[in-house]
Amino acid sequence: MDFNDTAAEASFRNEVRAWLAANAAPRVGAEDKFGDGLDHAAYLAAAKEWQARKAAAGYAAIPWPREMGGLGGTPAQQIIYAQEEARFLVPSLVFEVSLGTALPTVAMWGTDEQKQRFLAPALKGEDIWCQMFSEPAAGSDLGNVRTRAVRDGDDGGDDWLLTGQKVWTSGAHFADYGIVLARTDWDKPKSKGLTMFIMDMKAPGVEVRPIRQATNDAHFNEVFMNEVRIPDTMRLGAEDQGWKIMIGTLMQERFSLGEQFGGDLYNRLIALAKQVRWGGRPAIQNDNVRAGIVDCYLRQFGVELIVKRGMSAISRGESPGPEMAAVKLVGARAFQTGGALAVELGGAEGLIAAQDLGQQWALPQTLWLSGAGARIAGGTDQIQKNTIAERILGLPGEIRTDRNVPFRDLESG
Amino acid sequence: MNFDFDEDQRRLQEEVRRMLTTHSTSAAVRRVLEGAATHDDGTWQQLAKLGALGVALPERHGGAGMGLLELCLIAEEAGRALAAVPLLSSIYMSAEALRLAADDAQQGEWLPRLASGQAIGTAMIAQDDQHALPGAPAKLDGTHLTAIFNAVPDGMVADVLVALAGDALVLVELAGKGVTRSAQTSLDPTRPLARIACDTAPVAVLAASGGAAIAERVTDGAAVLLAFEQVGGAERALYAARDFARERIAFGRPIGGFQAVKHQLAEMYTAVELARGHAYYGAWALATGAPELPRAAAAARLAATEAYTLCAEEGLHLHGGIGFTSDMDCHLHLRRARWLAQIIGNRFWWQERLARELIGEDA
Repeated sequence: MDFNDTAAEASFRNEVRAWLAANAAPRVGAEDKFGDGLDHAAYLAAAKEWQARKAAAGYAAIPWPREMGGLGGTPAQQIIYAQEEARFLVPSLVFEVSLGTALPTVAMWGTDEQKQRFLAPALKGEDIWCQMFSEPAAGSDLGNVRTRAVRDGDDGGDDWLLTGQKVWTSGAHFADYGIVLARTDWDKPKSKGLTMFIMDMKAPGVEVRPIRQATNDAHFNEVFMNEVRIPDTMRLGAEDQGWKIMIGTLMQERFSLGEQFGGDLYNRLIALAKQVRWGGRPAIQNDNVRAGIVDCYLRQFGVELIVKRGMSAISRGESPGPEMAAVKLVGARAFQTGGALAVELGGAEGLIAAQDLGQQWALPQTLWLSGAGARIAGGTDQIQKNTIAERILGLPGEIRTDRNVPFRDLESG
Repeated sequence: MNFDFDEDQRRLQEEVRRMLTTHSTSAAVRRVLEGAATHDDGTWQQLAKLGALGVALPERHGGAGMGLLELCLIAEEAGRALAAVPLLSSIYMSAEALRLAADDAQQGEWLPRLASGQAIGTAMIAQDDQHALPGAPAKLDGTHLTAIFNAVPDGMVADVLVALAGDALVLVELAGKGVTRSAQTSLDPTRPLARIACDTAPVAVLAASGGAAIAERVTDGAAVLLAFEQVGGAERALYAARDFARERIAFGRPIGGFQAVKHQLAEMYTAVELARGHAYYGAWALATGAPELPRAAAAARLAATEAYTLCAEEGLHLHGGIGFTSDMDCHLHLRRARWLAQIIGNRFWWQERLARELIGEDA
């Protein structure tokens, strides 16, 4: 048992380190972020430029075969690259969906023509992709998609017209293309009549509106489609096969979600509790505060340990599956609980936002509020528990009264 | 990265699991529960025969010379099987204390007997006061010990006791003069307790000084090993409840189909996975002698205590009324989970220990 790389992993890590050192600036402080002071357009341009350099070095899609623009590497190497890149100041949150889930889906299900046309430019960062599954009435119940795709013309023309609304679409405001799930057959039961398409986000009839989150950020969008014309050559996979394709996409998401829930919030809590005084004594001497710090450590570091076990499985060539649902369940709750405890340490003054109270309060305040969102994004706590119960523990699925009913006959609301 | 046990270690675990499935049956555990035996000697001898008791002890003293990682997996299986055996007292505590503190002659005298299961040891090496019953602090006068210990695990069946007196670690032969002992009824009778009084009892001094540091190291090791027992027990209780929920029909379907039940089981699974992560980290720290051991051991103990308590309590609850009957094993888990949660210090003590480690304060 050890935390060491294998010899091959270690030599890959050295290679990656050397390349990063030659191409990017190292991160010095924990709070350092790439692109402070850049406006949105400049940040995007920098991100695209960085992606092009990564692609030229083969690091854009490490596990992909070389003929597809990858490195022919292993998933473990992909993780090593990500760990090393995190030590450098490089743009982030631009290509996560594009390269993490959308492109692998195109690579898996696309025709040769589609792959030829789309993969290389996306790997180089020339095109950015998004994914459009969720809808106002299709959140946890994704099979409830109501966006309509109809053949243009009475006897089945060569184009489709898409009309409907998507929601929670990360990056739609800067994406060039997206994969979109739409209903093509209303006479089949809900998950059976869905088809996946590739949509040009600049096509007439596409309208993107940012959603202002509870945190005041706007990472997500609503996407409205009004008779957006999509040629049948941009259908991804077979007609009515969309559900299966989407499940594959979401599986891609699972492990990458796990990694973001680590961190050392407990150390922030300790620093703040040493600084804050209650009744003349540092808050760190309070037993309840100490218990909260311990709890935060058990959950956050525990999540990291589960992820390390998952990485060990990847290193052995296995693929971790639904176990990662436990990571998200624990990790997101730890953000919310730990963040709230830190805010609470400040008493009434703890209610003053970080810009007026002090920078050391920024992260806890962010986690306190964004933790509420983290428990929803990528599947709510309840959905994670269903996944664990059904996929790992083998318990029966939910009662579904809609399973064998033609979609057009389902109640909506 | 290989944050996991290797194939040979897993094979050993499988072998121990198969043996325990055959020998540490519910009936065998219940013989101890009913007071017909101090421990399940059949299972104990089988563990000795497999080399499991001496797995981490040196070969020249009758051990297998493997290591503590192997012992962790044996602990997990013992916990899963609810084994009514003195692993904690004899192996995790007294054999480890002897291995770390005793000279070669003392080790040669006792370790082969502990490894073969011929002798049973126990230990009282906590330094702090967390006693509900007044005992008497251990006082060492040369080679004679005077002390009163309560809640000594396996105290009636043990042949020797390792005790911490000030900064000295000593070994008391319990059949010798100056020692009187009496059974104390345990809330988990499968893991019995005793009161041991030493009145100027002759001792062998294992370490005249530096004993407290060794005791601390042994206690951390025991915390990791017990965490594996707790993970094993928790997982067994979880899957027993899962099996019941798949079979029990109410309101026209298996109760495991209702979210109130499913989500409870998912929470139990999640607690076990979290505990397993910390237990593995503790195993790594223990086996490599890493400076992270104190925090890793405390975290393993806390997470495992939380997991087993949850799985035992909610596992029984999910069985409904039948779960509260004596015939079902649910109460065996409930009792064992409580016993394991407190025997080497309760969660408040370990929480404070972990807090001090994280904050970087001295004790």
